[in-house]
Amino acid sequence: MALPLEHVRWVAHLARLDLTPAELEAMARDLGAIIEYVNQLQALHTDGVEPLAHALDLQNVFRADELAPSLTVDAALANAPARRGDFYAVPAVLD
Amino acid sequence: MSPYRTIIGLEVHVQLLTRTKLFCGCSTKFGLPPNSATCPVCAGLPGALPVMNRMAFELALKAAMALNCQIASLTKWDRKNYFYPDLPKNYQISQYDLPFSKAGWLQIECPGGAKKIGIIRAHLEEDAGKMLHDEQGGGRDSLVDLNRTGVPLLEIVSQPDLRAPEEAKAYLEEMRLLLREIEVSDCEMQEGSLRCDANVNIHIPISPSPVASSFSREPTASADRIQPHGTPSALAAGSRLNVESTGAEGETFAATPIVEIKNLNSFRGVERALKYEAERQFQEYQQKLGSVWNVDPRSARNFAGSTVIPVQEKRNGSLVMVAKATAGWNEKRGVTEIQRRKEEAADYRYFPEPDLVPILIDSLMLEKARAGLGELPAAQRNRLQTEYGLSPYDASVLSSQGRAVVAYFEQTAGLSGDPKETSNWISNEVLQTLNDRKQQIREFAIPPASLAGLIQEVKSSGLNKQRAREVFAEMANSDATVKAALAKLGYQVVSDESQLREIVRRAVAANPKAVADFKKGKVKAADAIKGAVMRETKGMANTELVQRLLAEELDAV
Ligand SMILES: [Zn+2]
Repeated sequence: MALPLEHVRWVAHLARLDLTPAELEAMARDLGAIIEYVNQLQALHTDGVEPLAHALDLQNVFRADELAPSLTVDAALANAPARRGDFYAVPAVLD
Repeated sequence: MSPYRTIIGLEVHVQLLTRTKLFCGCSTKFGLPPNSATCPVCAGLPGALPVMNRMAFELALKAAMALNCQIASLTKWDRKNYFYPDLPKNYQISQYDLPFSKAGWLQIECPGGAKKIGIIRAHLEEDAGKMLHDEQGGGRDSLVDLNRTGVPLLEIVSQPDLRAPEEAKAYLEEMRLLLREIEVSDCEMQEGSLRCDANVNIHIPISPSPVASSFSREPTASADRIQPHGTPSALAAGSRLNVESTGAEGETFAATPIVEIKNLNSFRGVERALKYEAERQFQEYQQKLGSVWNVDPRSARNFAGSTVIPVQEKRNGSLVMVAKATAGWNEKRGVTEIQRRKEEAADYRYFPEPDLVPILIDSLMLEKARAGLGELPAAQRNRLQTEYGLSPYDASVLSSQGRAVVAYFEQTAGLSGDPKETSNWISNEVLQTLNDRKQQIREFAIPPASLAGLIQEVKSSGLNKQRAREVFAEMANSDATVKAALAKLGYQVVSDESQLREIVRRAVAANPKAVADFKKGKVKAADAIKGAVMRETKGMANTELVQRLLAEELDAV
């Protein structure tokens, strides 16, 4: 079952995706199918099963609080879409 | 009396005292050149993986325990998704449904006594980068410094238990003292290692209850009074009970929409902003009630034992709830500026962070955290009162200066045998001197034994306060002992009874008016005669002896 279009539009907005009307329709169908597929899990009985917090059976992975070398400023800014001085430059954000 | 009650909840972010960031080995040091402390993890480069800093987690655990929180046995990490250039991953690693701690409290001292402020939760998260507006670039660009991304923050959310701007300030001061004492954070507001957002609205009593009797500053229940530390009943009491004492049972209030004030960068600013905002809300309520706003009993709800009705707005013929607003505090103008109403709830699409595994908190970790706490300020204030007989005020002055000052007090009091005088000397002269010299107590020139010596000297020789202060200053300047300082200043207290009696007699004879007044019952008149004796002896007369001799001589007149 296709997802309501306004839901898809909202999710697309949150993900900063600009979808054409045709893409929106297609996305609504595909997402609907995915959700339906995942919904099959609802049929399972999970009484008495501990919730899983992570797919790996691994806990308490820590590192020591020790300094490691950082990137140089030039290396850090190498991929910046725009640079001004030692800063990333981005389109003006006014709050 | 205020015609409304103010309801305040605070959200505090403190930076944990780690050398490195939460998920990578970059430095957390303040004031580094822009973008000089970043790595692929900080910049959110593809393939970079976060690894949890053990120290950050241990510090967070310590803080939560000091805040009397319930500690979870399992905790995990979640992604909070949003797009903003200060966080290049497009999500913040935070904690959503399984924070490592919740349901605690912090005890603060209010004019009406101690009060417990509930803590909803404390969780760990990473900081975002810093945005600067580019002045040179003609306002086209914003500049981003990612040094702060990934810096470990502890977010501490209080219950809406604070009932006055002054209480909010007291809460922040106590929080800072506590977190500094247990060395979890340095809480420097100027450096951004303590930040605060405040949620505030006001409750206005509405009919049938008369305004005047609607609420009282005096707590009515005993629930928010001091309870023994760490007991299960104290834990359970938390906030829920103490809120009930602020509203009389059965009272009905209209509630203004909540405003979240951001950008609060000093404790004083927090207090001023809250005062201003509460008053602004009251004026808005008076203006809008009946025209734009309506109070509909059908939307009444229970708030800590009283009935509260949130105001609603008339829109297209129907009533809708007024959304929470965000405001900035303009320090210069001294006003809050409403920025926007959040018409729709923020949609962060939290989901579990797959790059970090959960943490199981075992008893070993808890014990280690507890062992690192030491005596907390509230318990310390209590002990200073019971063990040394200090007043609540004196105890809190000493306690607010931190453990080193309290230790200095305890050593000095032990040696001088007079805790009250010791507390006076430290609260006044010692702290003043430290403040003038920008010194810490460990750098202070007068060791506890010497200060104790001075206190005993004052007691035994009757050295007056002014002279004693001069001796103190000499000791602080030259590391001198009491004896050496007295000798250097040429102070020899006159304690010879016959010599002093002669001086007292002359003073009595020279002041017939004061004597007559004294005889008429004006006890204070004796001060003039005492003053004459002190002038005659250049302030070096034994004050206790003068007191006795004067009484005897006046009796004899
Ligand atoms: Zn890094």
